[in-house]
Amino acid sequence: MAKRSNEPFLWSLFSSGGMIAALMLPVLILLFGLAIPLGWIEPPTRESLFELVRHPLTRIVLFGLCSLPLFHGAHRFRFTLYDGLQIKHLNELIAVVCYGGAIAGTALAGYILWNLG
Amino acid sequence: MAKTITLEVARYRPEQEAEPVFESFDVPLNKDWVVLDALNYIKDKLDGTLSYRWSCRMGVCGSCGMMVNGDPKLTCATFLTAYEPGPIRVEPLRYFPIVRDLVVEITDFMDKLKAVKPWVVRDEEKPISEGEYLQTPQQLDNYKQFSMCINCLCCYAACPVVGLDQHFIGPAAIALAQRYNEDSRDQGAEERMDVLSQHEGIWGCTFNGECTRVCPKNVDPAGAIQQYKIKAVTDWYKSLLMPWGKK
Amino acid sequence: MKQPHTYTLYHPKWYRKRVSTWWWAEQWRSFKFILRELSSLAVIYFVALLLWLLWSLGQGEASYRNFLACMEWPLMIVSNVIAFLFVLYHTITWFNLAPKAMAVRVGGKRLPDWMIAAPNYAAWIVISAIIAWFILGGN
Repeated sequence: MAKRSNEPFLWSLFSSGGMIAALMLPVLILLFGLAIPLGWIEPPTRESLFELVRHPLTRIVLFGLCSLPLFHGAHRFRFTLYDGLQIKHLNELIAVVCYGGAIAGTALAGYILWNLG
Repeated sequence: MAKTITLEVARYRPEQEAEPVFESFDVPLNKDWVVLDALNYIKDKLDGTLSYRWSCRMGVCGSCGMMVNGDPKLTCATFLTAYEPGPIRVEPLRYFPIVRDLVVEITDFMDKLKAVKPWVVRDEEKPISEGEYLQTPQQLDNYKQFSMCINCLCCYAACPVVGLDQHFIGPAAIALAQRYNEDSRDQGAEERMDVLSQHEGIWGCTFNGECTRVCPKNVDPAGAIQQYKIKAVTDWYKSLLMPWGKK
Repeated sequence: MKQPHTYTLYHPKWYRKRVSTWWWAEQWRSFKFILRELSSLAVIYFVALLLWLLWSLGQGEASYRNFLACMEWPLMIVSNVIAFLFVLYHTITWFNLAPKAMAVRVGGKRLPDWMIAAPNYAAWIVISAIIAWFILGGN
């Protein structure tokens, strides 16, 4: 039935992913992408960072941090392709590629976090 | 010698051209004239064949929406002096089929509007003997902003999704649906949800925000749409997790 | 199922302008909008980087050092700067638009936009500080 279309669910992934990306990604990029490589800050030792990341709570947070922004990006990119390039006839293909990619990324994140050891 | 300003007006006469052309007219630059005054001057004095819509000339009827220098505006509310020294390009509203000159075909919008049932829907009408439906100022405030829509279609001319997807129901229709959904007298939110929670409904919107920027009555259709998205999502989760709650 | 609209009459004399594939490049406003939407790619890129970091952490000291060394490649730094700017653009436009989606009313009056946006920015700063503190070794 049309009312129970999947869109509300997908949009909820998009908006929660967008909020998480907005709140948490900038500082991580600033640290690992700029501050540490450019020498402004000493990188944390592998031991301390690993201890931090191993913690079950951190792993759960990291899983959310990886998965939901992926769906946010996939959803937004899907609409950008759809609207920006007017390739509506490829609609199903785009949706499969975008959300499929996000699902694959989520699975990869789960695998990596589970096997941190 | 009085100052003048040039208007480049889009003309389209299907019996003589295959696509719109521009014609230039010099009109007096009076400081209290709006673009509509200039068009009326052209029709009265320069070229009586110019076709365009207008009515109230004071920003409440929504008839005179056109593109002025590429931006959707009410021509009765757009002053010539704002575009000095000109020229001013006047074209019909974007994303609608052009019937003639500055007149566009809006039947598609009327169908979309009807589809959202823009009237108070009641399961049961109150009998006259019970008096009027009463509303507090607070209840009025909940939907008042959305009720200011005059159907001028400037938001449709601004929304890229309207241009890209002919089936997209569009900002004004959704804002008006919200106007009734938020009305305390209305009981039709379920029915409207069926029409709106679709890809051609609210989910086609990517929150570009142009609709709100161009709206001459500050209806904020983008806000209406995003608020409705949140409502549709909570509705979806509620029906998923608590299916016994409905009907 | 009844369509929400009827068929628009085919009328050969009406002029229907085709929307160009480059519609988004015609005006600065629409271009800014597409840039905002393309920030989605920057988000995906950083999640990928994050996954790389986590994986290399799990593999051991050498792997972690290798990751840090790769981050110092000039090309890496350039792409990180560009992607960082895109993610910042996402964050700022996201928080500025959030008030539109929420009609919060207190005592009958609707709260002004900045009152909804400000807590978001505040949360951003606090959360960023907490994350940085954890990563840089505080405990």
